[in-house]
Amino acid sequence: MFEQILFYWFTAVLLFAAVGVVTLRNPVYAALSLILAFFTMTALWLLMEAEFLAIVLILVYVGAVMVLFLFVIMMLDLKSVGREGFIRYLPIGLGVAVMVALEMIMVLQRSNFASERYTPPAAAADFNNPEALGELLYTHYLYPFEIAAVILLVAVIAAILLTLRKRDAGDQAAKTQDIERQVRVKSEDRVRLVKMKSE
Amino acid sequence: MEFFSSIWYAFPEALRTVIVILLQIVAVVIPLILVVAYTTYAERKVIGFMQGRLGPNRVGPRGLLQPFADTFKLLLKEVIIPTSSDRYLFLLAPILALAPAFAAWVVIPFSENMVLADINAGLLFVLALSSLGVYGIIIAGWASNSKYSMLSAMRIGAQMISYEIAMGFALGGVLMAANSLNLNDIVRAQSGSVFSWFVWPLFGLFIVYFISGVAETNRAPFDVAEGESEIVAGFHVEYSGIAFALFFLAEYANMIMISALTSIMFLGGWLSPFQGLDFLTSLPVLGVIFGNGIHWLGLKVAFFLLLYLWFRATFPRYRYDQIMRLGWKVLIPVTFVWIFFEIIAVAFGWQPWL
Amino acid sequence: MGMPLKDSLKHYWKTFSLGELLKGMRVTGKYLVERNKITIQYPEEKTPLSPRFRGHHALRRYPNGEERCIACKLCEAVCPALAIKIELEERPDGTRRTTRYDIDMFKCIYCGFCEEACPVDAIVETSLFEYHFEQRGENIINKQKLLAIGDRYEPEIARMKAADAPYR
Repeated sequence: MFEQILFYWFTAVLLFAAVGVVTLRNPVYAALSLILAFFTMTALWLLMEAEFLAIVLILVYVGAVMVLFLFVIMMLDLKSVGREGFIRYLPIGLGVAVMVALEMIMVLQRSNFASERYTPPAAAADFNNPEALGELLYTHYLYPFEIAAVILLVAVIAAILLTLRKRDAGDQAAKTQDIERQVRVKSEDRVRLVKMKSE
Repeated sequence: MEFFSSIWYAFPEALRTVIVILLQIVAVVIPLILVVAYTTYAERKVIGFMQGRLGPNRVGPRGLLQPFADTFKLLLKEVIIPTSSDRYLFLLAPILALAPAFAAWVVIPFSENMVLADINAGLLFVLALSSLGVYGIIIAGWASNSKYSMLSAMRIGAQMISYEIAMGFALGGVLMAANSLNLNDIVRAQSGSVFSWFVWPLFGLFIVYFISGVAETNRAPFDVAEGESEIVAGFHVEYSGIAFALFFLAEYANMIMISALTSIMFLGGWLSPFQGLDFLTSLPVLGVIFGNGIHWLGLKVAFFLLLYLWFRATFPRYRYDQIMRLGWKVLIPVTFVWIFFEIIAVAFGWQPWL
Repeated sequence: MGMPLKDSLKHYWKTFSLGELLKGMRVTGKYLVERNKITIQYPEEKTPLSPRFRGHHALRRYPNGEERCIACKLCEAVCPALAIKIELEERPDGTRRTTRYDIDMFKCIYCGFCEEACPVDAIVETSLFEYHFEQRGENIINKQKLLAIGDRYEPEIARMKAADAPYR
């Protein structure tokens, strides 16, 4: 009973926040309501006893990705973005939304995706969520996991390479700080102590 | 007694649970706020002493009532909302800063049985909540509509994300050694004697964790977000009165939090350093003091808080690019190397800490 | 960086042992336990004042009770902040005396030039520095007040002058 109330409450907030993401004019507000959406989602996952996934969602998406998002939006100062083309793109958007909704309904109505098959298993009190997940990831699905990791690594390196521009020649040379050299400086390099007779 | 219990059981069960939980929260939060108050006092006193001054000594004996005077002053002052600020976010920001700082305390084991929520993924929970603290600050910086606040918000956003990684890796080392994410289990895994504390096998991670903790709470020498000499007071430059006090409270609650986590994960939390020395722990009265308990956690937390203040009195502020370099190019590689050797040790079953 | 290996290793040892940080913390730690603080608890304790201290102004008198100031206006002329305003008259006995001697304490920068310029040691800056104004206009100190302060603090002014005299 109590859980049901919580479920409907969080679902309502989630829907509200998700609508806010697309309709709010101010991009900062939109990003903040996306954060709210993630947050209520974690609450829903917690209700489904997937506490590890829920916390990881907060840690990764809310704690890191969205911070960078906000960071960029605030830096660009997009305060006055209008809603140009909202009406023009509305039919396409609605069409996509209806299609996705229909697909979801059809998928969920098939018996092997039915929600009663996916009720959280009645776990023992000492059921350890992270442990179970870890066992799945690192023993049963080790290779897919490793491959995914390598692909991510490649993406990271590619992103760095694409943005790394060295401008160290000619007039356009970037002036950069060489911290390595700065921290290696010793007092003898900068200060010369002179002994002399007082006059 | 009979009377009270009859009243108590007259409540419906759900309400009783809620009341008990609320009382537990109050039991944690009130002492926490008091500790925060006296940390500010200790900070002014300790830094004063280190600079050859006396620190506050006018309000009450030795200035002991100073924190209350400060609190009342801040409570009575007007909360000024800048005209061109974003009103709602401006007022929401201090709450967003404070809530995670307090919420993280539910999983902290104060002693063997004193923990509000003994959840399995306690360590992750703490990490997630400490990463949420940045929102209050970023939103405050943006909503104030001030250049200084904005610069500070940008600085802090990048800084906290960077140091969270080093912090996470350091914690990874701890949970490999403890074989659990539950904070109480981590403490129990260190029982035995002083030498089974994780600080010895994981010394590098301990240092990295505490340094990132200092950076994560924006304390000197990593306090570029406040940077009085460059950006006035950073994200809270437009705040006054109680709204400012909430940021203050959040910062100190986070400091205490990091100190508590460091002591729990590396210095055995509520474990006594005299554990294993039976002739001491079996003494009639002193045995309680020498035995495990909340007082040892308190002492360890106090030690780390002193370190915080000591750092602030000693080190000059880092330049921003140096902070980034330290986080990404020094601390993270150090944790990599340490964890690599730890993995080897665990894989070969060579676990000196067990 | 073109550093020899030995220096490089030394540098890394110095960095990762945190030696320099600990050295710094030892210095501050020493002060933490040091009992002897330099704080002066102001209203109860005071720092010693130099005989040349430049505080509140005063006008002095000769021992016979005649005021020293001869209205030469040298102080008014030398005052860099234009804080002094003097008006004068000729007394029946033929001496030149001021009828008005105002110092605006808000303009005054306490440079002491008036004291240096005075040929008769009339205007002086006393060691008085604990004073305040409660109302608008009180910042302009007139002749009566200046003379009153001079009368009140004459022994101290004389002592300060005497202490400074050998160095002039």
